[in-house]
Amino acid sequence: MGLAKRIIPCLDVDKGRVVKGIQFVDIRDAGDPVEVAKRYDLQGADEITFLDITASSDDRDTMVHVVEQVASQVFIPLTVGGGIRTVEDIKRMLIAGADKVSINTAAVNDPEFVRQAATQFGSQCIVVAIDAKRVNGDNANPRWEVFTHGGRNTTGLDVIDWAKKMAGFGAGEILLTSMDRDGMRDGFDLELTKAVCEAVNIPVIASGGVGSLEHLADGIIYGKANAVLAASIFHFGEHTVAEAKACMSKRNIEVRL
Amino acid sequence: MSKIVVLDYGSSNLRSVAKALEAVADSHQSIMISNKTEEILGADKVVFPGQGAIGQCMTHLKEQNLDEVIRECILNKPFLGICLGLQSLMDHSDEDGGVKGLGILPGNVIRFTDHQVDENGDTYKIPSMGWNQVAQEKSHPLWADIEDGSRFYFVHSYYVKPELDSDIAGSTDYIHRYTSAAARDNLFATQFHPEKSQHAGLQLLKNFLNWQV
Repeated sequence: MGLAKRIIPCLDVDKGRVVKGIQFVDIRDAGDPVEVAKRYDLQGADEITFLDITASSDDRDTMVHVVEQVASQVFIPLTVGGGIRTVEDIKRMLIAGADKVSINTAAVNDPEFVRQAATQFGSQCIVVAIDAKRVNGDNANPRWEVFTHGGRNTTGLDVIDWAKKMAGFGAGEILLTSMDRDGMRDGFDLELTKAVCEAVNIPVIASGGVGSLEHLADGIIYGKANAVLAASIFHFGEHTVAEAKACMSKRNIEVRL
Repeated sequence: MSKIVVLDYGSSNLRSVAKALEAVADSHQSIMISNKTEEILGADKVVFPGQGAIGQCMTHLKEQNLDEVIRECILNKPFLGICLGLQSLMDHSDEDGGVKGLGILPGNVIRFTDHQVDENGDTYKIPSMGWNQVAQEKSHPLWADIEDGSRFYFVHSYYVKPELDSDIAGSTDYIHRYTSAAARDNLFATQFHPEKSQHAGLQLLKNFLNWQV
């Protein structure tokens, strides 16, 4: 009896449409965020994260409408990331029905923004997303730095220090993505995940590298993550969220079944 | 027509609550968001959702005289508090350096203790965020068709500690056992978010809409 570990499917949304090969055989419109979110809800997803990858800010309003539509049909927590830069951006998403927003680049550019957002809206809705990359080959003393822009730009910030700082500024949760593992499908960077989870007192979502259901369980057991996020293993119809939960449950992880 | 008002003091989750109520309402139940005294007092039922920090919540309530409106509603209408809508009913909260609550339910609001360790040696994270089980401590119309021990969605760092056992309607384990739902007469209030708790949450909201006190 206790708090369940969470499984969070993540959807990339571009101009209001889900992108990156969603292949549900029995779905009418695989590009419709509402249909895809409903499908994950049915499968038992604990939350859903939308990542707005729309390049032009002119098209950002579209995301607000997506959230509004999803929130009137799917009654589990929704997180929106991508392009959250101002208090006004946060307000719009929360009013549209998002429960949390995920802040990445804007936090690096102005850490005070996180403090301000947490004070105004409460820590419970402020997720700080950290894109981490290993910066030395020394396996005995690994070090990770915070990157932005999909791993292209380094910030020089140490990931562990940054995570602690963001927790201190009022972040309610950390979404930790290994840029080394992202898309590789060979599992989370467990060392990174464990190091961050043990450094902060707030929940951590592990992300980047999931290629099998066992990887999800490893993230919880060895990485000490409170939640695991994955995209492709669910999108391509290889596995359902329900299968992921059955696998985790078999390994004695408490999940919501 | 039964009028259900979602009380608007500026909480960010009120639209989610209204949407979830709309999803389970029948054609004789109308859902409306309002901060106007006459509309709230004229409603058949009132939902009070809260989110964020309690200091700001109490300040906003007082500024708009909604604290008095809540007191009056609780005298005679089915009333559902959610999250801060539960915590603010208590006497006092430790949050924000100490805040006086509405004092409707005797008891206090306390923060989870930091750095507590579970049986696997892992630290309990604060806020408690995610799906946890609720043990039904008494039978109540709002628990109808909800299995005892069902999971609901929680996100909170503070919990309520009612003085009277008779006010406890549900309890949950995190670090230790605490009260996750309170009930007295026509009042029901939850620490969890029924509007984000899928089937079990929607069933609870439906039970509220159909509740005859």
